[in-house]
Amino acid sequence: MNAAEIARDVSARRVSAAEVTAATLARVQAVDGDVGAYLTLLGEIARSSAARVDERIAAGEHLALAGVPIALKDNMCLEGARTTCASKILEHWIAPYTATAVARLLEAGAIPIGKANCDEFAMGSSCENSALGVTRNPYDLARVPGGSSGGSAAAVAAGEAAIGLGSDTGGSIREPAAFCNLVGFKPTYGRVSRYGLIAFASSLDQIGPLARSVEDAALAYDIMAGYDPMDATSLDRPVERTADSLRADLAGLRVGIVREFDTKALGERSDALYREAYRDLERLGAELVDVSLPTADYGLATYYLIAPAECSSNLARFDGVRYGLRVEGADVRAMYDNTRAAGFGPEVKRRILIGTHALSSGYYDAYYVRAQKARTLIARDFERAFAQCDLIACPAASCPAFVFAAKSDPYSMYLMDYYTIPMSLAGLPALSVPCGWTVPEGGNLPLPIGLQLCAPLFGEKLLLGAAAAYERATNHALAHPAQIGTVPA
Amino acid sequence: MNRAWEPVIGIECHVELKTATKMFCGCRNEFGGEPNTKTCPVCLGMPGALPVPNAKAIEQIVRTGLAFGAEIPAFSKFDRKNYFYPDMPKDYQISQYDMPLTVGGIVKYWLEDGTMKQCRLTRIHLEEDTGKSTHAGSGDGRIAGSSYSLLDFNRAGVPLMECVSEPELHSARDAVAYLESLRRTLLALEVSDVKMEEGSLRCDANVSVRVAGTTELGTKSEIKNMNSFRSVERAIASEIARQIEVLDSGGRVVQETRGWDELHGVTHPMRSKEEAHDYRYFPDPDLVPLAIARNDVERWKEKLPTLPCERFERYTGEYGLSVNAAAQLIDNIPLARYFDEVVARSENPQQSSNFVLGELSRLANETGVAVGDSNVTVEHLAELVALVQSKRINSKIAKELLARMWEGGGSPNAIVEREGLAQTSDPSAVERFVDEVLAANAAVVADYKAGKTNVLGFLVGQVMKASRGKADPALANELVKKKLSS
Amino acid sequence: MTPDTIDIRYVATLARIALSDDEIERFSKELGELLGHVRALQELDTASVPATAQVVESRNVLREDVERPCLDREVVLDGAPQRQGGFFRVPRIIAE
Repeated sequence: MNAAEIARDVSARRVSAAEVTAATLARVQAVDGDVGAYLTLLGEIARSSAARVDERIAAGEHLALAGVPIALKDNMCLEGARTTCASKILEHWIAPYTATAVARLLEAGAIPIGKANCDEFAMGSSCENSALGVTRNPYDLARVPGGSSGGSAAAVAAGEAAIGLGSDTGGSIREPAAFCNLVGFKPTYGRVSRYGLIAFASSLDQIGPLARSVEDAALAYDIMAGYDPMDATSLDRPVERTADSLRADLAGLRVGIVREFDTKALGERSDALYREAYRDLERLGAELVDVSLPTADYGLATYYLIAPAECSSNLARFDGVRYGLRVEGADVRAMYDNTRAAGFGPEVKRRILIGTHALSSGYYDAYYVRAQKARTLIARDFERAFAQCDLIACPAASCPAFVFAAKSDPYSMYLMDYYTIPMSLAGLPALSVPCGWTVPEGGNLPLPIGLQLCAPLFGEKLLLGAAAAYERATNHALAHPAQIGTVPA
Repeated sequence: MNRAWEPVIGIECHVELKTATKMFCGCRNEFGGEPNTKTCPVCLGMPGALPVPNAKAIEQIVRTGLAFGAEIPAFSKFDRKNYFYPDMPKDYQISQYDMPLTVGGIVKYWLEDGTMKQCRLTRIHLEEDTGKSTHAGSGDGRIAGSSYSLLDFNRAGVPLMECVSEPELHSARDAVAYLESLRRTLLALEVSDVKMEEGSLRCDANVSVRVAGTTELGTKSEIKNMNSFRSVERAIASEIARQIEVLDSGGRVVQETRGWDELHGVTHPMRSKEEAHDYRYFPDPDLVPLAIARNDVERWKEKLPTLPCERFERYTGEYGLSVNAAAQLIDNIPLARYFDEVVARSENPQQSSNFVLGELSRLANETGVAVGDSNVTVEHLAELVALVQSKRINSKIAKELLARMWEGGGSPNAIVEREGLAQTSDPSAVERFVDEVLAANAAVVADYKAGKTNVLGFLVGQVMKASRGKADPALANELVKKKLSS
Repeated sequence: MTPDTIDIRYVATLARIALSDDEIERFSKELGELLGHVRALQELDTASVPATAQVVESRNVLREDVERPCLDREVVLDGAPQRQGGFFRVPRIIAE
């Protein structure tokens, strides 16, 4: 059941939040042993939240997300709940405060079901970098759910939540959404407060929803978006409601197809699916225009300097002094070295090391400053492209969900985000929407792929509106059910 | 052959700002308290917490810069200084690297003999303070030999102003005079308590020496661990002497950090880090740049208080007060303000300062009531100054009047009128008192005539007493003498 | 040192991560390769291009100097690896 329907039913008291919560927890019981979406189940908190929502509904309050079960990526703080970032270094940490975005959803009536698995500190594209659990793709349990917000994606795809909260630094919402047949939406940088989101790369991180429909994503976004005095990078500008401006067609819109993003490289089947998707956009009334992003190809290099540089500093605080893991040593220095050696997994270490290097004396200008300048060029490319079009359409990921351990070389994993990173560097709002099914070589189950749509800064309303029109016209998401248990009613 | 050496000193000060809350969070900014009671996710560097800058701290730094005539750049930003230390919660410090809030400026200072000097500022920037470590297990609270440390983060995140001078000071005394002036100015601006003993003012000195008359800087050492103005003076003097000794004996000064040992009166090299400092400064991505509005700058500039050096120059120059009297007033800002208002009305700075620093300060001390809060208004004190200046009353009456004004207020003119306290300068009236006194003290008069001229004072005193203090003392003196010698 | 090499030991010291010999070998190789990919950025002409630190322009986002509630000390210290009374406790600090 979709979030919007649940909220309508609970608001109309056709079903109680307590009943929805109980059903969701039962579903988790039934399938999460296979899926592994959650690291921590919030049974007590969920039940008491549901009871409070039912009271508020009975008292006549209107709650936009009344009784909607949500999955929280485990890099978001919820007071009193274990918040691990899927890392050994925070394995037993209980957050003493709640992230603003989470607080806003709960205030609107959402029910937190559990803390969802992810790549450690959101660094990865498959969830395989989690130090605390394995999450499987509900469409093929032999495959990854994508990442880093893979647990949230798998939870929604498997019916263990109606909305998953994710965070996207270079594609961490859009790629798992594509892998799990969901809508995954990364708003403009700064639209949603980062307060309480455990930072990976501060200038790129952005919270957004993963949902079964554009309408659900819009609903959650509308609640979360807006200035937060606790986050100096959150934008103090008006937020237009998106949920009630979803469009039926794309008449009058120009959609840019990026010349440099040749889909032939993705294989025959994917190429055909993307071409079909572009034709669908045209059929809905859009005019397709050829646009160029000449520096987009430098996105990965730029990203893999800026994001690690920021992360090397952001993750310094995990030092065994005030919270989290400590591995003792003869003195403080040895304690730091031991704690961080034991607490961080290989990918996190890699990024801390490369980021430290990029900022270190003698390399700062050659790496960090140059990457910041390349970032300017990439953002300018998009500005020029958006002078010719209203939206850009392109793939959301380089391939469909892959089997575990398929990408053992770090760089091949980094390539998964080739299409999503440029938008992140430019701070643009972008989403992934299901655009078809493919049975990969060596596989026997159909796997979803995602179409990425991207709008200029602050263009969330246009973006979600257009995605809704495409979704309604194509209905790809409904073509195949997930393979876990039965699809919930 | 010993050459003549010129010391060159630059001072770096860290000053805790007196805001209600910390730099990047709403925890109370207050000295002391139970450990770890003034902390939140932000100042503890908890996962997911984010800094938001305190507007008041930024205003205070800009006002400080303006007070020293610094430039306020249109654009400024925060950077992260990355290094691990247990009392620094995020293991980076939010600071300002290449775009400080204020650039340049001049600190004027004076020496005990009243000479005015000046030292240029390089910059003033804003950063956050660390928590406090208590080293335990060594018996003496020192880090060396301790077996563990205890951490209190109440101070973590307190706004800290770093004020860096150019290397333009040339003696330990100049350095202290510079610090005194800086401290006085910050107090006048009400931006800090500036207490070295509470750590709200901390300073390091960069010391080098060079052959007198040359311009190239010598190799410097950085002196730390000075916790009073006196130790600053001693430490710098000791370090200058040490460097000169090294150079005179043919050695070379090594660039290093040295700690001041208060007990033994010497500096010691401090253990240096194994790796060079590599702070990996970069713009803090959690914070957005600052663009200080020009109209704010103008508004703050207009509202700057009278600064200590302006007062010093006026008091010792135009007013002719002593260095000591000027400093006494300047170091009591409300009193200086009171004094300025009295002078504005009385136009007699000398007499006004006599009252303000003399009788009024004595009464204030005695009663615990500040002069400015007393019953003696600036208007009434100016009246009193005028009464003395015009010789309508003498100083003895003035002192009595002041005591009464302190007690119950009121205009001295009115009291003098009402009670006929005006000084009697009419020779025939005073003469009557003189005659009375001489008649009543025949024995004393005889003594005088026998050569014991020191009884003159007694007789004049008796005349003043008979006139109930109103007689013009000079006239009384003159008449007594005249009568005795006739 | 060419731009594509990375002194893993030095960087790990700065980052306070103890590395095993295996890790040093592995990370040197992997990160050296990554730096090779990153070298592509040298092709871009960035001479007159400003650096972007924040992609969405914003200025002067500040807070008023108003007190907010602190955390309860027990909650703070409950999460600490080691505490002593009202303090966090750490092993001895070697003066640096």
